Amino acid sequence: MEEAIEILQNGSYAKVLGGGHSLVPALKLRLNAPETLVDVTRIESLKGIAIEDGTLVIGAANTHHEIATSADVHNTLSFLAKGASAIGDVQVRNKGTIGGSIAHADPSADWPALLLAADASIVIQGADGTKTVAAQDFFTGFFSTILEESDIITQIRIPIPPEGTKSTYQKFVQPASRFAIVGCAAVKEPSGATRVAFAGVSDYAFRDEAVESASSSGASAEEAASKAAEGVSIMSDHYASEDYRKHLAKVYARRALVEVS
Amino acid sequence: MEIKISVNVNGKDYVREVEPRTLLVHFLRDTLRLTGTHIGCDTSSCGACTIHVDGIAVKSCTMLAVQADGSSITTIEGLAQGAELHPLQEGFKECHGLQCGFCTPGMIMTAADLLAKNPCPSESEIRHGLEGNFCRCTGYHNIVKAVQYAAEKMGNEVSA
Ligand SMILES: Cc1cc2nc3c(=O)[nH]c(=O)nc-3n(C[C@H](O)[C@H](O)[C@H](O)COP(=O)(O)OP(=O)(O)OC[C@H]3O[C@@H](n4cnc5c(N)ncnc54)[C@H](O)[C@@H]3O)c2cc1C
Ligand code: FES
Ligand code: FES
Repeated sequence: MEEAIEILQNGSYAKVLGGGHSLVPALKLRLNAPETLVDVTRIESLKGIAIEDGTLVIGAANTHHEIATSADVHNTLSFLAKGASAIGDVQVRNKGTIGGSIAHADPSADWPALLLAADASIVIQGADGTKTVAAQDFFTGFFSTILEESDIITQIRIPIPPEGTKSTYQKFVQPASRFAIVGCAAVKEPSGATRVAFAGVSDYAFRDEAVESASSSGASAEEAASKAAEGVSIMSDHYASEDYRKHLAKVYARRALVEVS
Repeated sequence: MEIKISVNVNGKDYVREVEPRTLLVHFLRDTLRLTGTHIGCDTSSCGACTIHVDGIAVKSCTMLAVQADGSSITTIEGLAQGAELHPLQEGFKECHGLQCGFCTPGMIMTAADLLAKNPCPSESEIRHGLEGNFCRCTGYHNIVKAVQYAAEKMGNEVSA
């Protein structure tokens, strides 16, 4: 770990390499050209999944497949396992890591929305030591996060919700890449408190406070979902126009809320 | 600057110096001359390059050779036992699971990973399991049949 951080800091353009399933395609397309890559997937402290004092702790180098098939994840926050198993295809899930996905912060990626809805924290080790940041404060824009060049994500920490909490991830996939055109993650605690986050809708994953507050104060799934994706800038591309995405956001919010009600 | 890597490929140990930028698929095809593993795209989408690294299916075009240092690799060339085809190879032959054959090595390697995890997959599990492999010829129906053929044959072998 110390060696990795030192190399990342030493001046030449160095980048962390996780599972390589966003970075290697980018290198092949010459979208990025670091001089040095630091493979962090064999660092022991980035591996492993465990439950510690009511918190699910996932090492940043776990693959999507490892998370999708983890008994600890299934038993505590099964929607994360479901979300992980909906990423890409089997080969992608066998190599891609959770840490790499959130560092990359693709607007259509699944982990950012899942971790926002789960109220996760992200543990980062960098030049000035270790810090823990709420997922809410981690994503800052289109492919952008608060990470500095020499930062390494080491862990994702997720509070295990109270007994009786329901959660889901509803995803409309782009049929070729299997990225989310729209993904909606929802968590509803027995108190009614609801968290709802979207992938694929805007420049980056976000929690939809209007939907959350409506659902938390007892609005029906239909009524709360009708408030989805208002007041955010909505992506438009050759897969889905702005209007269509906004429509899908409401449809997928409703499906997610019905599931957790 | 070349980096020395050691890999076991299809049961044989190799120590080679590689440029760090070399993709694993190029190492297999150009350095080891194992050309059964194909390259069908530039975007990590098609799965033609699928091999097993330490027992799991990966796209060898989306991995650097240096990332495989210390690993055991199986490619399509490593599946048959001498002259005896692997049940998946036999299934693709018997069920017309291929036309041009370009996607076939990758299909078979992904299917082998699927059957290792799930020996009796349903039709939909097979289709879902092969999502990362594209075929431009067959329309997939016979590929699914080929995997079912192999699952049955391997199941019979296990219970016999
Ligand atoms: C065909 C295909 C389909 C896909 N479909 C989906 C999908 O449906 N949903 C989805 O969410 N994703 C999808 N992906 C992306 C995939 O999930 C990637 O694995 C993921 O985005 C990046 O994780 P990685 O471990 O591969 O990271 P890498 O590609 O190695 O790295 C990505 C970025 O993260 C940085 N990084 C990596 N690890 C760390 C760390 N521990 N600390 C700090 N920085 C780090 C790297 O420097 C780089 O900038 C797909 C990819 C492909 C090729
Ligand atoms: S060559 Fe197409 S995925 Fe590897
Ligand atoms: S048989 Fe031609 S691509 Fe599949």
